[in-house]
Amino acid sequence: MLRLLSFAVFLATWWGAALLAGGQKLPTPPVVLAAIIAEAGSGALFFNLGVTLARVALAFVLAMTLGAALGYLMGRVRLANRLGDPWLILLLHLPALVVIVLAYIWAGLTEVAAIAAIAINKLPTAVVTLREGARTLDVALDEMVAVFAIPRWKAFRHVILPQLAPYLAAAARSGLSLVWKIVLVAELLGRPNGVGFEIGIAFQLFDIPLLLAYSLTFATVVLVIETALVQPIEARISRWRLRAA
Amino acid sequence: MQLEVDIASKAYTNAAGERHEVLAGFKFALDAGEVGAFVGPSGCGKSTMLRIVAGLDQDYQGRILRPSGAKLGMVFQEPRLLPWRSVEANVRLAAPRADDARLSELFAALGLDSHRSHFPGELSLGLARRVALARAFAVEPDFLILDEPLASLDDALAARLRDQIATLVGSRSVTTLLVTHNVDDAVRLGDRLFFLSPRPARVVAAIPIATPRAARGEAEIERIKADLARLALANL
Repeated sequence: MLRLLSFAVFLATWWGAALLAGGQKLPTPPVVLAAIIAEAGSGALFFNLGVTLARVALAFVLAMTLGAALGYLMGRVRLANRLGDPWLILLLHLPALVVIVLAYIWAGLTEVAAIAAIAINKLPTAVVTLREGARTLDVALDEMVAVFAIPRWKAFRHVILPQLAPYLAAAARSGLSLVWKIVLVAELLGRPNGVGFEIGIAFQLFDIPLLLAYSLTFATVVLVIETALVQPIEARISRWRLRAA
Repeated sequence: MQLEVDIASKAYTNAAGERHEVLAGFKFALDAGEVGAFVGPSGCGKSTMLRIVAGLDQDYQGRILRPSGAKLGMVFQEPRLLPWRSVEANVRLAAPRADDARLSELFAALGLDSHRSHFPGELSLGLARRVALARAFAVEPDFLILDEPLASLDDALAARLRDQIATLVGSRSVTTLLVTHNVDDAVRLGDRLFFLSPRPARVVAAIPIATPRAARGEAEIERIKADLARLALANL
């Protein structure tokens, strides 16, 4: 109910602002809706959204897996940390644009370059978060594992991983928002399809309804994935916390 | 399982760079199935000794003889349960081969029946201690280490838990190390009592108790304690 109300306030503000500014700069909601319906009708909307989502998914999975593994290693092994730390700091502060442009120059305007560039942007934050997580692992529980001779894989799954879960969730959360932001830039600069590409076209043609049509549907998709996928998973992995007295 | 421990020296360097010797010439032996009870001043190095005997700390001088392959069960000073697993899942993680009947028996003996599906965060310290005991016994150990399992529990609960430990230790042959600062607990549970010096710790007196545990009445226990008092050991 509250959400609906907040949405209604948003729509009303938009509409009011559009009437004040004139349709040239800010089209009214029905105009944008018409653009969305036209794009949906031609199938372009779903195709571009699908392409962008696929890139997001691939880059996200790649960066999370690699980042978690590297972060865990750096948190557990001092040598790995000392070797990796300068690179980590470099990557952490390298502007996304630099990575994307260099990836396109070196690997060509290819899908691999785009996905790698997005993944590299997200990678260091995952590494940092997981390294922090690995550093806080409880030595007392490691000793318990050793005393009861719990097999390595079982210990990792049931003792280590649950301790890392909050850090994994944090890395996924911040990483996902980073990927959402960067994927469009990567598409704008070097892909012939996707939401970012369409927004680039709309910008060049000054087609504001089209620009807003893509931006808003993209925002909606992000919102749906957050509430339908990310939040329930978070709730599930921390359910033992909720039950604690 | 027979156990021979001879720790010549165990030292560590603290954050300020000073070297501290915790154990020096720490020697004792236990026959298979015996309960060795260690009594000593707090902070004397009892837990350090247990960690070495358990194989958690390799950084010491000396040697420890225990049969390889002996199954170890341990109750740490804190329960060390996994907060994200239920009581039963905690026990089963350490003892995957324990059968249901045996586990039910164990949970019943320790009064944990109604808590099997609870999470550790929902338990009192006394209950969590009992879960840690259940876990140690569920693995059917040949070698059991109990690090002050009764500390910071109220007297009634400590007495009940002590009886439960006695029953469990008596039900099968388990070589047991029990660390306590309570002479009463030591006299009631131990087959051999070891009294320790302050740091660096060593065994200053090893006293066997001839009467079997089950046959020790209150009078007998008082007599043993009086003997210890005469030796001026009981108030170490």
